[in-house]
Amino acid sequence: MSKSAFHNKLLPYGLLAPTFSILIVFLFYPAYETFRLSFYKVHPFSGAAKFAGFYNFQKIFTNPVYLKSFGLSAIFAVGVVIVGLILSLLLALLLNQKMKGASIYRSLIIWPYALSPAIAGALFNFLFNPANGLAIYFTGVRTWLTDSNLALFIIILAATWKNLGYNVVFYLTSLRNVPKDALEAAELDGAGPIKRFFSITFTFLSPTTFFLLVMNTIYAYFASFGLIDVLTEGGPANATNILIYQLYKDFFVNSRIGYAAAESLMLFMVVVLLTMIQFKTTEKKVFYQ
Amino acid sequence: MRQTRTKTVLLHTTLILAVIIICLPVILAFIISSQSETEVFSSPPKLTFSNNWVYNYQTAWRRVNLGRMMFNSALIASMVTVGKIVISLLAAFAFTHFEFKGKQVLFFLVIVTLLLPVPVRIVALFDVVSALGWINTYAGLVAPFLASATGTFLFIQRFKTIPVELVDASKMDGCKPMQYFFKVLLPLTKSTIGALTVIEFIYVWNQYLWPLMATNTDNMRVVQIGIKMLMNAESANNWGVIMAGVIMTMIPPLLVFFVLQKSFMQGFALQSDK
Repeated sequence: MSKSAFHNKLLPYGLLAPTFSILIVFLFYPAYETFRLSFYKVHPFSGAAKFAGFYNFQKIFTNPVYLKSFGLSAIFAVGVVIVGLILSLLLALLLNQKMKGASIYRSLIIWPYALSPAIAGALFNFLFNPANGLAIYFTGVRTWLTDSNLALFIIILAATWKNLGYNVVFYLTSLRNVPKDALEAAELDGAGPIKRFFSITFTFLSPTTFFLLVMNTIYAYFASFGLIDVLTEGGPANATNILIYQLYKDFFVNSRIGYAAAESLMLFMVVVLLTMIQFKTTEKKVFYQ
Repeated sequence: MRQTRTKTVLLHTTLILAVIIICLPVILAFIISSQSETEVFSSPPKLTFSNNWVYNYQTAWRRVNLGRMMFNSALIASMVTVGKIVISLLAAFAFTHFEFKGKQVLFFLVIVTLLLPVPVRIVALFDVVSALGWINTYAGLVAPFLASATGTFLFIQRFKTIPVELVDASKMDGCKPMQYFFKVLLPLTKSTIGALTVIEFIYVWNQYLWPLMATNTDNMRVVQIGIKMLMNAESANNWGVIMAGVIMTMIPPLLVFFVLQKSFMQGFALQSDK
């Protein structure tokens, strides 16, 4: 790469100037300022800030609502990851078979990727709402969104449904790269299809699995806001009040800026942790939003 | 022979079943969007098409000024998509085709942005955009999203697969860097641009949290917020009207997705080829 580089002293900086102007103003500075504010008491109207050490963190971690939110966000994320990855791997394996109409099946399975979490929320609200949701008629259960456990189950289902296409695309692409000769060799050695899957295919897919594990967790923690706002608004009794929803309420509804900043910092920790796992387990991979 | 036939039939049956289950919520929404209020609330539910299309779609469109919101979302999504593609192409070109002081540090800073999704910095981002006077403006909805690691990385990956001989040949021909960029590099990057168009258009069209905070007038709202407004406006929860609105708001991103599906898949394939 270096041998064939162009030589120009100023041009590369010029090329990077637009990127860095945006990053500094809208990413680095706001991030720095948010973290700084997490150690301050901020007046909700005047915006006056007073240094308060770990006051905000003490407050949020002694708030039972926040603690509950911490736990259920983890359950939500684990649910989205496990259900999502198993289903999408199965679907990708089916789509990877030689058959007529494979590309049509593929399109019909991955298209919900283009839908938004808010749309998923509206659709599942229509299907499961306690007044006249279709699911009530077919299952006889009326409490899909009014029972705490069932509501958590429904948001996992809705979030998984919406993200299935994304996962399938990744599994499909890496399934195409599984070395055929290794599979054939194993077949000659008398390994059955199931043994071949676990000893070769699954091993080969593990970087993709780890990548998707991280991406789905990030999706569950951050991108599901619209889903929650349209489907449950965090209810019933805070049963679906995930961290990002709590952050939104503290910041935007209750104007508790210091708390919100501290909650942002906690979310940042989650991202850092996940990214570290990501970099340790897979090599450099492109992140898709 | 017989065994493979059974296998084929089984495979198709399973896939058709999967397709039906996956499409079911939208199919049901589509059916309901054709029904009158009485049909929507009938028990047992009516699961066949009816003829109330015009009323439902018109009502949904007018009740929350959906036309304006569709326009806003389309404009914002297009501006971010085009802007981000241009800005990321330039940055990727700098990182792959030049040697310069501080390259490592700058690249590291681009990577760091992966750790800073909107929710992590939203408190102060809101202050910055307010201070700029950009609440309720397109600038406030577009500018914060114009640069990202995603775009830059995707183009870096693509540029790295282009043979270096092309650079040498161009230099021999007396080609200036930007001429090489426009004449050689850009034409070879089409499918990556297509993939990023799908990813970014859908990402911005589907955004919810930031537009909810950065706008508060009906004129500046986007479709995702419109869905919730429509649900609140239809106080009797006439799902016929609400689902008509939902169906309309999913059309633009689906169009982008289906039109560019091929390059989208290629873009994905490219990054895992490595």
